[in-house]
Amino acid sequence: MDFLRPTTWQEALAAKADRPGALPLQGGTDVMVEINFDVRRPEALLDLTGVAELREWSVAGGVCRLGAGVTYATVIDELGGALPGLAQAARTVGSPQIRNRGTVGGNLGAASPAGDSHPPLLAAGAAVEVESRGRGVRTIPAHAFYLGVKRPALEPDELIRAVRVPVAAGPQYFSKVGTRNAMVIAVCSFALALHPAERRVGTGIGSAAPTPLRALEAEDFLSRELDWDAALDAGLLRRFGELCAAAAAPIDDVRGTAAYRRHAVAVMARRTLTWAWDDHRGRRAA
Amino acid sequence: MRVTFTVNGREESADDVWEGESLLYVLRERLGLPGSKNACEQGECGSCTVYLDGTPVCACLVAAGQVQGRRVRTVEGLAEGGRLDPVQEAFMECGAVQCGFCTPGLLVQAHDLLSRVARPSDAEIREALAGNLCRCTGYEKILDAVRLAARRRAAAGQARGEAGA
Ligand SMILES: Cc1cc2nc3c(=O)[nH]c(=O)nc-3n(C[C@H](O)[C@H](O)[C@H](O)COP(=O)(O)OP(=O)(O)OC[C@H]3O[C@@H](n4cnc5c(N)ncnc54)[C@H](O)[C@@H]3O)c2cc1C
Ligand code: FES
Ligand code: FES
Repeated sequence: MDFLRPTTWQEALAAKADRPGALPLQGGTDVMVEINFDVRRPEALLDLTGVAELREWSVAGGVCRLGAGVTYATVIDELGGALPGLAQAARTVGSPQIRNRGTVGGNLGAASPAGDSHPPLLAAGAAVEVESRGRGVRTIPAHAFYLGVKRPALEPDELIRAVRVPVAAGPQYFSKVGTRNAMVIAVCSFALALHPAERRVGTGIGSAAPTPLRALEAEDFLSRELDWDAALDAGLLRRFGELCAAAAAPIDDVRGTAAYRRHAVAVMARRTLTWAWDDHRGRRAA
Repeated sequence: MRVTFTVNGREESADDVWEGESLLYVLRERLGLPGSKNACEQGECGSCTVYLDGTPVCACLVAAGQVQGRRVRTVEGLAEGGRLDPVQEAFMECGAVQCGFCTPGLLVQAHDLLSRVARPSDAEIREALAGNLCRCTGYEKILDAVRLAARRRAAAGQARGEAGA
């Protein structure tokens, strides 16, 4: 095994182009588990922690550009205002030690259906910026990034450079079901974002299908039926929950049954919409 | 490969390090620092917690090559000038140590908490220690110890301005 240590983004792209089999390594909270347990023996590790720009984030034109190496701890400390959904999800990841190392870019690279970054990125309408030496930058909408279980839309010579997340223009919520208040892989999870200017509600479902996904029919339903100046209608809320549950395609596994997951998705969908609507109405009243 | 980094204030090098090796392995097996414990090697138990550039991390999930040129502080480096840190003293006095396997990780994690938050609430202590498992104590005496250490540090006026590593 080789250990590659680029110190600039151009070097990193060159290393990946020359050695497509090299496994990118950021916080290592997924990669090192696999190596420690002999699940994976890549021909080389491509350590990206020496590329300083990946740890930076910036906001321009209403969009937050989060470098692939930004940790959960940084999201929590610095981005709770701009990206509340992602920050709430980040707070539920692993433990403090894991949040100090683990990154949103690594979560995208792993593309686990249970990854906690995905639902809020989907709900917010984020896009992933990937790059290769040969073909330059591609910007992939989050909903097109997850191709299958742990299969991100990355070519062998590509690296994730950043994720672009619109700064929240309305309330956002994340909800996650697990057995403990820490160190929990989601049984299932749900994120919701209000986009008041567009009169649209974004959704993201986690751990209830082979990939993280949006509940598109539920989103369309709210675009048609939601009265943005009124209190939430109970029937509409119930229907929204049902449509979110219908969008899920869960399986039975050690963490929960498919039936439980469907039920829980509906509950979380109703709850997060209720919380967000309370904020929305409160904000308007204030 | 050779890896050179600062451990507890001293520059150390380890040779013939395998590229997939963890920082925890290097500390324990190559540098003679067995304080950080190896229990799960998957980030679940926290017994390998060390400071990396002042931030607590699981040493089992850091690749050795990633610490080249960086600063690591282990449980062996908490005592200063031959005196145990107040956190270490409090763990002994409160009976927060039984088999002791989880203790090094808890000490580093609690040390970090108290250097950031002088008088943490119980909720803050639980949150900070959520990634450190103990099979023996039932955690109550660990909480006692962190509270006692916080009082002592505050009394000694050392909570302010003291960086983690
Ligand atoms: C104890 C424990 C608890 C956990 N709890 C949670 C949890 O609650 N929620 C959750 O979502 N996850 C959890 N995880 C999983 C993990 O922490 C996250 O997936 C994290 O976001 C991974 O980030 P990382 O920087 O450590 O990634 P790494 O392990 O360094 O990399 C992960 C994957 O992404 C690839 N990669 C990394 N950077 C790039 C890049 N720039 N371009 C292309 N590919 C890249 C790697 O090759 C690898 O395939 C947990 C892990 C542990 C060990
Ligand atoms: S040995 Fe590292 S967390 Fe358990
Ligand atoms: S004292 Fe034995 S595991 Fe904590």
